[in-house]
Amino acid sequence: MTDSKYFTTTKKGEIFELKAELNSDKKEKKKEAVKKVIASMTVGKDVSALFPDVVNCMQTDNLELKKLVYLYLMNYAKSQPDMAIMAVNTFVKDCEDPNPLIRALAVRTMGCIRVDKITEYLCEPLRKCLKDEDPYVRKTAAVCVAKLHDINAQLVEDQGFLDTLKDLISDSNPMVVANAVAALSEIAESHPSSNLLDLNPQSINKLLTALNECTEWGQIFILDCLANYMPKDDREAQSICERVTPRLSHANSAVVLSAVKVLMKFMEMLSKDLDYYGTLLKKLAPPLVTLLSAEPELQYVALRNINLIVQKRPEILKHEMKVFFVKYNDPIYVKLEKLDIMIRLASQANIAQVLAELKEYATEVDVDFVRKAVRAIGRCAIKVEQSAERCVSTLLDLIQTKVNYVVQEAIVVIKDIFRKYPNKYESVIATLCENLDSLDEPEARAAMIWIVGEYAERIDNADELLESFLEGFHDESTQVQLQLLTAIVKLFLKKPTETQELVQQVLSLATQDSDNPDLRDRGYIYWRLLSTDPVAAKEVVLAEKPLISEETDLIEPTLLDELICYIGTLASVYHKPPSAFVEGGRGVVHKSLPPRTASSESAESPETAPTGAPPGEQPDVIPAQGDLLGDLLNLDLGPPVSGPPLATSSVQMGAVDLLGGGLDSLIGGTNFVAPPTAAVPANLGAPIGSGLSDLFDLTSGVGTLSGSYVAPKAVGSISMDLQLTNKALQVMTDFAIQFNRNSFGLAPAAPLQVHAPLSPNQTVEISLPLSTVGSVMKMEPLNNLQVAVKNNIDVFYFSTLYPLHILFVEDGKMDRQMFLATWKDIPNENEAQFQIRDCPLNAEAASSKLQSSNIFTVAKRNVEGQDMLYQSLKLTNGIWVLAELRIQPGNPSCTLSLKCRAPEVSQHVYQAYETILKN
Amino acid sequence: MIGGLFIYNHKGEVLISRVYRDDIGRNAVDAFRVNVIHARQQVRSPVTNIARTSFFHVKRSNIWLAAVTKQNVNAAMVFEFLYKMCDVMAAYFGKISEENIKNNFVLIYELLDEILDFGYPQNSETGALKTFITQQGIKSQTKEEQSQITSQVTGQIGWRREGIKYRRNELFLDVLESVNLLMSPQGQVLSAHVSGRVVMKSYLSGMPECKFGMNDKIVIEKQGKGTADETSKRCLSGKQSIAIDDCTFHQCVRLSKFDSERSISFIPPDGEFELMRYRTTKDIILPFRVIPLVREVGRTKLEVKVVIKSNFKPSLLAQKIEVRIPTPLNTSGVQVICMKGKAKYKASENAIVWKIKRMAGMKESQISAEIELLPTNDKKKWARPPISMNFEVPFAPSGLKVRYLKVFEPKLNYSDHDVIKWVRYIGRSGIYETRC
Repeated sequence: MTDSKYFTTTKKGEIFELKAELNSDKKEKKKEAVKKVIASMTVGKDVSALFPDVVNCMQTDNLELKKLVYLYLMNYAKSQPDMAIMAVNTFVKDCEDPNPLIRALAVRTMGCIRVDKITEYLCEPLRKCLKDEDPYVRKTAAVCVAKLHDINAQLVEDQGFLDTLKDLISDSNPMVVANAVAALSEIAESHPSSNLLDLNPQSINKLLTALNECTEWGQIFILDCLANYMPKDDREAQSICERVTPRLSHANSAVVLSAVKVLMKFMEMLSKDLDYYGTLLKKLAPPLVTLLSAEPELQYVALRNINLIVQKRPEILKHEMKVFFVKYNDPIYVKLEKLDIMIRLASQANIAQVLAELKEYATEVDVDFVRKAVRAIGRCAIKVEQSAERCVSTLLDLIQTKVNYVVQEAIVVIKDIFRKYPNKYESVIATLCENLDSLDEPEARAAMIWIVGEYAERIDNADELLESFLEGFHDESTQVQLQLLTAIVKLFLKKPTETQELVQQVLSLATQDSDNPDLRDRGYIYWRLLSTDPVAAKEVVLAEKPLISEETDLIEPTLLDELICYIGTLASVYHKPPSAFVEGGRGVVHKSLPPRTASSESAESPETAPTGAPPGEQPDVIPAQGDLLGDLLNLDLGPPVSGPPLATSSVQMGAVDLLGGGLDSLIGGTNFVAPPTAAVPANLGAPIGSGLSDLFDLTSGVGTLSGSYVAPKAVGSISMDLQLTNKALQVMTDFAIQFNRNSFGLAPAAPLQVHAPLSPNQTVEISLPLSTVGSVMKMEPLNNLQVAVKNNIDVFYFSTLYPLHILFVEDGKMDRQMFLATWKDIPNENEAQFQIRDCPLNAEAASSKLQSSNIFTVAKRNVEGQDMLYQSLKLTNGIWVLAELRIQPGNPSCTLSLKCRAPEVSQHVYQAYETILKN
Repeated sequence: MIGGLFIYNHKGEVLISRVYRDDIGRNAVDAFRVNVIHARQQVRSPVTNIARTSFFHVKRSNIWLAAVTKQNVNAAMVFEFLYKMCDVMAAYFGKISEENIKNNFVLIYELLDEILDFGYPQNSETGALKTFITQQGIKSQTKEEQSQITSQVTGQIGWRREGIKYRRNELFLDVLESVNLLMSPQGQVLSAHVSGRVVMKSYLSGMPECKFGMNDKIVIEKQGKGTADETSKRCLSGKQSIAIDDCTFHQCVRLSKFDSERSISFIPPDGEFELMRYRTTKDIILPFRVIPLVREVGRTKLEVKVVIKSNFKPSLLAQKIEVRIPTPLNTSGVQVICMKGKAKYKASENAIVWKIKRMAGMKESQISAEIELLPTNDKKKWARPPISMNFEVPFAPSGLKVRYLKVFEPKLNYSDHDVIKWVRYIGRSGIYETRC
């Protein structure tokens, strides 16, 4: 059979010809034509014009032809949504076919067609297929739910597919279980708080059972899912580990790595004294070594992961140095990674072998590799003190080779060795100076200059050497210029008599002729130091330097812990968290290792605070609760839906310092605007209560700032005033804002408009219009609002409490009869009474003041010298609150009774009263 | 998960393109071509990130296979899948070449639709796939056949179908080892290991339960503990057991059973498959020793003498022996004298290649060469790549021995004794290098 001929038709009028062939009566000819179409599609030609003709071929008994047509549909349906509908009938029919392979094919293909109308028709067949008697259909349907979720998440939720999918985890067929796990894991990534997977000891048990039975790929899905589970204590962790360890002998490297991930993570919870802990450590080494006999691409993935594992738990591979020796024919990417790991594993016990190897590598061909090998020798010297002498002599041997880049690299590392072991190896300086002329790379030149400056008193011709560099001062890179400046100042302080001229020359070059601010500033500082107090200058410039640390390029511990949670994935290959290379909210949930626990202690949620989480003093920052955080993280930061505007008069709630100073901090103040006149459609009648109260103590809300009542800005809208201060050192751009779901569905009505980039220490004030049409979720406290502000640097999380009266609408005046009936109707246990102190207002004044905030007086009477005001108000979501305000002339306190069908709101209405009356 | 899969020829022309996810556009196809296939410098990593899109690639002869994604996928899984994809294609139409891919592109699309769903790898065992992806359509199947197919594809034993019958039940075991060595010029072993594979070819009826046994030290010692008699036996055979550093198994092997009892039991796929891979580092029999002697005579001449010694039973014969002695880039001429076999200087490969067809154990042979050099002012010294060797020997350098392979098929009436079994050992050189 030769299908290659389909690739070769390049005649003109091809489309026309194909059209004729597609409509041919002969089956064979039709099939040939479709094949040609697919071939054209593959090479990137546009054959969408043939859409109706190809779709016409769909009604066929020939499965091969059908599959080809489906392939075409998947590619072009999106560009021709109207015509794609033509295919729906066939799909629906195929979903009922007696042949399970055809049913599965139909549902699989339908899920790939991203056309709304087709998606609608997909729901019914999908529901049936999820419960199909044939496991092949069920496993296909499980993945289809994930496809549908990608197209229309809401639809999947509304149709209840998620529950069906959850049921499939208990399916009798292991492959169905595996696919359901994969689909659920993917969906859960976009709803981190939803607890979709609902992992508990029972479901974990099911997964572990399926693990033994399903395909290699299924095992990977299940292991990756298990890694997200948080065992409740060390015993559970151990029992899971015991059931996962057999996977280490699987032929599929991905299964092995995923198993390693689970073990590395759960090991955190095991006590180091346990025998099992030691056993587990021993079991991990052989499979990791075996990964190195896989194909080179997999070796690379394995080595990147081993690099992390070695940093986290060096004890696992400490005896396996030899397997990381570089082979002559290894691809360069494998060589470089092996070298990295060799240095990490270098210790006194094996240093002789390592050095012999490194010396060998330094004579290889690939420049990058040779450089890294030379650098590695230096790192060994710094890491293993006993070897330093041998390292230095090896480096000197290498310098003798006169290979340019080897020499330069060697000088750079020798500088570090000097810093680690001062006054030990300076005898080699003479050799180094011989190679001065051959240095052409800035880093090497700078290193050499540093050495000359630092040891100026031992180098007879130090001034000549430095002077020779000075000639081309302006052509040097900044790094070299700075180093040269410092070196000459050092020289001057050591040998002031002969070098006065030289130092003046360099100072004037740095301060007068250079426009590099760093260089100029450093020049001036030296100049002033030298001219005012040479003794002090000596103390500053020639101060004793701290020794450099052993390991220079270790991954920062929190990042390392996060990456351990991503073993086997791209994040572990890049050594970057997923947020650094994944777009949008998907998979950006930060993971962290479980805390080590005793049996009784409960483990924290796995998704704890993001990096740079604030210190404890800011009370209202969100990250403490992992699930809430996740929810915010995955909100789509697109422009929000604009909603009907609301009322005015803003109350400044306070600026919250969010991320606690330093680079990561940003200040946000949220000012809320209260509504005297309002026009909001009362939607979403969530059962939220109401009540009456008086007015007090607004500051209780947001920790840091006191509240102030601000005159209304615009009538008829709710808005939030934000004050953003950039406390970072870099410019902030690309601001976006998103609210978490909240009790009253507050949501931004327009995108956050920060017009110019925000430079460091700059502050902008922004007023953000709000609507109340967002999604609703009851918060604790009720008026809590969680806000995420994103910019080019990071995502910041705030929470604030808003006063309830911003939500009072202007048609909140109740008819008198109605008021009476409602008051009686609401049970007495819903009544709440509050005292408002220090409020020396008379009934008139109070009434008018309240009215301006949409609290309406329905009736008024005087009972025994007390003024009774009967008032009503309505919230944006349609909840009515009835109030009775008792004012006693001469008494600064008044009593507020609130009645509402949703008594939860009473407390907040009371606070609103207090705020309004006291202003 | 995998967002798309592309296959290119050596020029970077697309032969197959299948997109699974909406976040991968057609421009991804071009991005890979421009940034990787047409890149000037050598590929520095099998994973490339271009504009927040990650590309995984493997090459088979001059064909590029690339998987694309925008998510944080399981990288090891993607590569395993790409290799598997190559295996499946090879099983269907042989060598992976541009011509074969073009000739079978419809089949490849059909396979891709089946083994990767929304970027999630599905059952990719060729045995199972061949039952229903045939390019002939599946109309003729009866209902029973269909449900048998689907239960096989999704079932616990996805790699074997029911109802296989052979008149002669037969199985072949190949123990294939590659022995790797890195030796210093002074003859010190820097690193040595054997990576071995047990490949099984089974032609067995029904659903046979197999149990495989070898001279694994742990198993032998465990059994030795049984009785005092056997302890003495162990002393006799003690040397014959080997320490296995690590082993991995085909997915048919019950791993939990291996973990708890160290027994290897399985229901094999029909036909050829790789039962296990293993690695050993202790007590390796190094079949050959290479003793190099390189002398620089002035600046324009090198004298090289290499002795090889065979180190195994004299009754056995090694075959296909080849020694490669690298020569400097500025070599102008070479004179070679060897006692055995043929030696040639190959200028294009910068090496003297010395070939010997056969060599018995406990023998030695020698080659000496004079290499004339052109004077150069190149400062860079010659890197002196190691001398490498290739060979094939009829034993397992690790010392592994198959003790038994028992077959039980309770439903059909054939017993373990009726099965004809063949065992063969082949040791080959892996990377077998001696520095000089």
